[in-house]
Amino acid sequence: MANSNNLSFSIDGVTCLAREGSTILDAARKNGVFIPTLCNLEGIPPKGACRVCSVKVNGKLLTACTTRIAQGMEVENDTPGLNNLRKAIVEMLFVEGNHLCPSCEKSGDCELQALAYRYTMTVPRYPYFYPKRAVDASHPKIVKDHNRCILCKRCVRAVKDEKGRSIFVFLNRGFETKIYIDPELAGKLTDELARKAVEVCPVGAIMPRGEGFKTPIGKRKYDKAPIGSDL
Amino acid sequence: MEKLVVATASLAGCFGCHMSLLDIDERILDLVEIVDFHKSPINDIKEFTRDCDIGLIEGGCCLDENVHVLKEFRKHCRILVSLGECAIMGGLPAMRNGISVRECLEEAYLNGPSVRNANQAKILPNDEELPVLLNRVYPCHEVVKMDYFLPGCPPDADLIWNALTAILENREMHLPYELFKFD
Repeated sequence: MANSNNLSFSIDGVTCLAREGSTILDAARKNGVFIPTLCNLEGIPPKGACRVCSVKVNGKLLTACTTRIAQGMEVENDTPGLNNLRKAIVEMLFVEGNHLCPSCEKSGDCELQALAYRYTMTVPRYPYFYPKRAVDASHPKIVKDHNRCILCKRCVRAVKDEKGRSIFVFLNRGFETKIYIDPELAGKLTDELARKAVEVCPVGAIMPRGEGFKTPIGKRKYDKAPIGSDL
Repeated sequence: MEKLVVATASLAGCFGCHMSLLDIDERILDLVEIVDFHKSPINDIKEFTRDCDIGLIEGGCCLDENVHVLKEFRKHCRILVSLGECAIMGGLPAMRNGISVRECLEEAYLNGPSVRNANQAKILPNDEELPVLLNRVYPCHEVVKMDYFLPGCPPDADLIWNALTAILENREMHLPYELFKFD
């Protein structure tokens, strides 16, 4: 019975079906319902780091990417309160780093920016931090821009060597946290893994060397339609 | 109907937002039917001699003079609009935030590759006639209350047109997805 939709639950009052063991996020997607995500990436274990996918179950906030569906669950998703909370998270991420969209190569293809567009973020409600962060261009295939990193851990979770070990790691703690790659490992990074690191980064924190602004304005991923329009 | 009065200013900006305002093309003829432009770099009126309805602000505050101009605008304009990324979040000038003013000046006038041998006397501009650099670049809403925010680098001409006509006609602003961009 592993493949049958044997659990019934609801999202915003609409009855849906899900396979046992699936997360709220996966179940919602299978039922054509959009729940915004940022740190989540299909194919790698969910982390629940960014909280953008927060939904309400029994009045309690839960991350849809890490919570499994239970029979009869009533999920609140597309409500003004939850969308405002998600927008607030996006705003916090914007003020915490240095997100200079006008000069960023990822602009138009950036998931953080796309969420800000979706929620019509004109200006964050929080004051800007303007942290002093560095650009690390010391590696042969990739450039790391810590100004743009939102610490979603996608690169840590998705980019592994042949023995399954993470190539990227977190360095330091708290506000000082940043992604780190051992210079020796970075030197040996295959083209394939370098490309993967760039692809999994939702923002412009990991960029390929010697390449940028490849896609003209108007043809980038989120130029015409909001993130989640494909659902 | 009495015409509404619009004033504009470019603080720490590149005039790109003003260019985008001019990019509304022939609609500027429609616009001058319903508004008068007061203090603005477009008509070179330098001082406020009356109160205005709308003030459009391009750029953030990088100098003490920017703060002075912005406060003048707040005093004389009923509605103030942050026009573009620099006014909203400091923009490219804010890349110096986190670097000390001294370090910025030394890079620009003493150590930068284009000035290294040109400034033998090692002079940093310090005339009392010159505006003073602030410790960092401030978004406009961290200095005075701003009423509306139009993102973009520059904001699309149609976005400016939509916003201006909405304010003029006293209706809710429509910010279409294709025009609402940060770049």
